[in-house]
Order: sequence, then C-alpha cells, then structure tokens
Amino acid sequence: MDLENQKRVKELAEQYGPENVVVLLGAAEGEASGLAAETVTNGDPTYAGPLTGVSLGLKVYHVCEPEVKAEFDPAVYDEQVSMMEMVLDVDDIINEMTSIREQYCKY
Amino acid sequence: MKSVIKGAGYILVHTPDMVLHNGTTQTTERIVNPDGEYLKELPKHIRTFEQALSYWPNQVYIGNKTPDELAAVEQPWCDKVCDVNDRYGHFGQIMPQEEFLLLMQACDVFGLVKLEKGFVEAHKAALAANPIIDETIMARIPAEQTDAAEIQRLVDEEHSEGLYHNGELVGCVNRAHDIDVNLSAHVIHENIVSKASSVTALLSAVKNAGIAKEDVEYVVDCAEEACGDMNQRGGGNFAKSAAEIAGLANATGSDARGFCAAPAHAMIEAAALVASGAYKTVVVTAGGCTAKLGMNGKDHVKKGLPIMEDMIGGFAVVVTQDDGVSPEINLDMLGRHTVGTGSAPQAVISSLVTNPLDKHGLKITDIDKYSPEMQNPDITKPAGAGDVPLANYKMIAALAVKRGELQKADLASFPAKHGLTGWAPTQGHIPSGVPYIGFAREDIMAGKLNRVMIIGKGSLFLGRMTNLFDGVSFVIQANTGAEEAQAGVSEEEVKGMIAKAMRDFAATLMAQAE
Repeated sequence: MDLENQKRVKELAEQYGPENVVVLLGAAEGEASGLAAETVTNGDPTYAGPLTGVSLGLKVYHVCEPEVKAEFDPAVYDEQVSMMEMVLDVDDIINEMTSIREQYCKY
Repeated sequence: MKSVIKGAGYILVHTPDMVLHNGTTQTTERIVNPDGEYLKELPKHIRTFEQALSYWPNQVYIGNKTPDELAAVEQPWCDKVCDVNDRYGHFGQIMPQEEFLLLMQACDVFGLVKLEKGFVEAHKAALAANPIIDETIMARIPAEQTDAAEIQRLVDEEHSEGLYHNGELVGCVNRAHDIDVNLSAHVIHENIVSKASSVTALLSAVKNAGIAKEDVEYVVDCAEEACGDMNQRGGGNFAKSAAEIAGLANATGSDARGFCAAPAHAMIEAAALVASGAYKTVVVTAGGCTAKLGMNGKDHVKKGLPIMEDMIGGFAVVVTQDDGVSPEINLDMLGRHTVGTGSAPQAVISSLVTNPLDKHGLKITDIDKYSPEMQNPDITKPAGAGDVPLANYKMIAALAVKRGELQKADLASFPAKHGLTGWAPTQGHIPSGVPYIGFAREDIMAGKLNRVMIIGKGSLFLGRMTNLFDGVSFVIQANTGAEEAQAGVSEEEVKGMIAKAMRDFAATLMAQAE
C-alpha cells in the first residue's frame, strides 16, 4: 500500500477513532486487495510504511463486495462500478478480503 | 480540409551501459544500497545487441513483424529467438549503442559531449553507413576528439556524466553551467539522448512518408523531458532542436507535454493544425528516456530474466493535407477525459471511448482495433503490473456488454478481435497508443481495417500539480476520398453558382432597364 495512503489512514484512525473508520478499497485484483487490507488491519506486511507494526484492525471492504454494494444507490453503482465488476475476479477478491477480516479485524 | 497520416517512423536504440549508469532504479540503488545484491547481479542480466535484435517485440516495433504474428508467439518472449534479426525494418531501425553515442555528439551544438579519440575512429564509419545519416550530420562530429585521461578527469573533477560502452568509459557529457541544476551534466545527458533519438525517428518518418525535408513546416515534440535553465525550467524547445539536426530547414515547432498522454494530444494538435490550413505538413516526434531504462530491473533480476528495458524508444508521425489515399484523422470524433469526468475507470473509458462514438451513432464494436497503452507484457507481467493492453481491452469489452453492444459470452474473445498484444518498450510516452499508427496506416490502406482508435492516457499526479488523470483519443479511418471532397466542394460551388446567377440576373435587369 502506498506510503502516503498509509499515513493518511493512520492519521484518520487517530482523529476519528479506529472503531469509526471503514477503509474502502478499489484494487484491481485479489492479491493487491488482500495486501492493502492486511496493511490497515494487521500492519504493513512489506515493513516499509508508517503502518509497519501498527495493528489498527480497521473494518475494510472492497467496493465490489456484496455488503458494500448493498449500501449504494443502485443507479450510482451501475454508473461508477458495474463495468469494473464485470472485469474483476470478484469471487477471488471476496475470498481474500473475508480471510483478512476474519484474522485481523477488531471491529 | 482533412489531415492524413502520410507515414511513420519507429526506432529503438540498444543502450545496455545506460541501463547501468542512467536508469533511475539503478542510480537510486547506487545511493541507498550501493553494496546490495541487485547491483552485483544486474550486469549478468544485460542483453547483447544480437539478443536485443532477435527479441520479438523489438522486431514488431520497427515493422519487421506484425502485432498479429507476435500474438501467435507463446509468452514469455524473452526466452524465444525471433526468426528475423535485422537491425533495419520498414518503420525504422534498432541502433547500436556505439553509433548512438556518436549521434549524441552530432546532436550537441554546445560542445558538451566529449568522446575518446580511438572510440570515434573505431565507429565513425558505422554511423556514416547508416542510411538515414547524411553528410550534414556527420559533419557535426568534431574532427578534434578528446583523450581518455582528459575524459576521466572531467568525470572525476568536473561532475561530467560518463558515457560508457561495453563497461569502458569512452566519453562524457559536461555540465552546461556551474550552479544551475537544470543544466547539470545529468540533465544535459538525458536531454541529448531524447533529442538524438527524436532526430533518428524524424529522419525515419520523413523518409517513410516519401516527402522532402523542405516540406515539413512544423514539428511537435511530445516526449517527457524538459529543457531549459533555472529561469525557465521547461522552456523548450526539443522540437525545433531536433528539426535543426534532421535538416528540416523550413520547420519551426514546439513541445507538447502531458505525461504518457502527450503523443495523443500532439497527434490531435498536428491534425488540427493541418486541417485548419495553418500548416500543410506537421510531424509529431518523441525521443526516449534514459531514466526509465531498467525501471523494473529488480523484478526481472529476481526472477532470473534478462533486463528487457534496455531500449531507448522513439517515434515520429507525418501528418499532411489530404492526398486522397492515406488514412485520415477524424477530428469530429475525439475522446477527452475532462476535469469533470472523475476517476472511476468506467467514467474514464466512457469519456475516451464511447462519448466520441455516441456522437456518430457508432457502437464499440464499430471500431476495428483499439490501441490504448501498448506496453510489452513480457516486461510488465514479471513486475506485477499485469498485461496493460489486455486490462484496457477487458474494460472496453465490459462497457460494450453494459451498453448491450456485445454479448457477455463474447467478452473473452473481444481482446483478440478488437485488440492488440503489446510490443512497445516501457518508455512512458512511447507505448501510449502511437506504436500502432504505422501498422494501422498499412492495414487501413490494404482494406483490412476501416477504423482504429488511438487512446493516450497520462498520470498527471506524478508532477504533483493535480491529482487528476488525463487522456484523449482519436480515430483514424480509411480515406473517404472523393465523396467528401465532392460534397464539400459542391456546397461551395452551389453558393458560387447562385451568386453568379443573381449577378447575371441583376445585370440582365439593369440592361433591360437601360
């Protein structure tokens, strides 16, 4: 996960309280989604950024997961996300995300 | 007035020593991890000129193989030997490093490029034998060259950037100012490489288009470098500088910048300049980029692959007034990612692909071939960046399904039918849509294709001035020939005939009145 984004997530979690923050991802495949999700829950697995050794345990979802999709106005979702939904391996993303949440999510 | 694609030139330069000394992945590593494994391991992964010649994507880039032929070769390609290994192709050439170092000196008009005497003697004849290099360029190489000890001193004591060949110091680029970082030896080196590769591309394109050098009135450079000094850091002008060396005596020009989207912007600008009648012949050109050499080298070395980012790229396209046969650029079908478009992939693809088509009632499938970012997947896949052209085709296909223009079952076959397999070196602006223009021109003129769309995209956030993404697209189509010309002329003619009839009628009335 981009170092600048790690810094922003860390600051927002401190500012609003980690229980009040949800991280929403738009990564293009499962592995990248899993890495980003792990970074904001267990800490930066690449030991490079501000979240190294920091386990925020934030709630984290990919925009193509059903829980998130249900929160959207269907017309907006159709306009903004449905095309990528067709391109992405959504099942792979759901598996990765679920696994990370089950292991590291605290909220 | 219409503007047409009269010809294109595509050139590569094999620069193995510049990978080691000038690529930013390597220069950064030399600062942060000078004794690391990567720098030790790297030289073992450098390709020879012969290996670069027989690399499939390189032979496609200069036109000796087609994208279709490449698509039929199983990936990876770096372990395959192409059955053609010519250094010259009908679009251009693959220049070896030693000739290019001499050409760099010919392109330097301030005496900043120094070469070792023996090196010049050994390779001067080879550059002179290059079919696009004429005596005016050879005459720019100074008779007096430098001895090895002086070059070593300049590098050691005067901050000069070393020029290496087969690991030996054979020359250097001096700084052009003692304090100004914009004129440092590093920047001058980068800019002269860009200029010299642009000159090679310009000469190839002018030759391929079959026009006289004197015909070129304007040159647009769309590379990603900046030349200027501390008071005007990107002042320019690469276009005119390259035109001077290429002998385009009647041309002026300017630089267009927009990261990787710049070539597509420049093509639209060139087509508009010609269509408006401002200039009759405009050439869009770009040289390559030393900073990006070996950019993904760490991944390639880690995976035991050769360094495939050892090529400086260049291209040039000649745009002229309608000749009745060459494919035309349809300026009425332009895609634009605007400030208000947003960054969702769906919004991006709609703005670049479907918005211009909708204007003409066309479907996504009405475009025979799309050429978005044509990065060679052999380079990007091992670096974890995936197959960039394929990702673009999947998005365009998904949009077509959403719009009811493609059956969902046909999603998988769309990339092969309407797409291309990437072959361009990862030199930023070089792969951005334009590598296909040469092939597109030929295939359209042969009647194999009707319409192709060139898409350029750019990551503007890298310059830290905006977070916005950018992109433009344009369509090249078969020359509509006489029909449109007739329609255009006939309207004018009708007006003229009516005016004449009115005048005649008035004259008759006057005569009668008298």
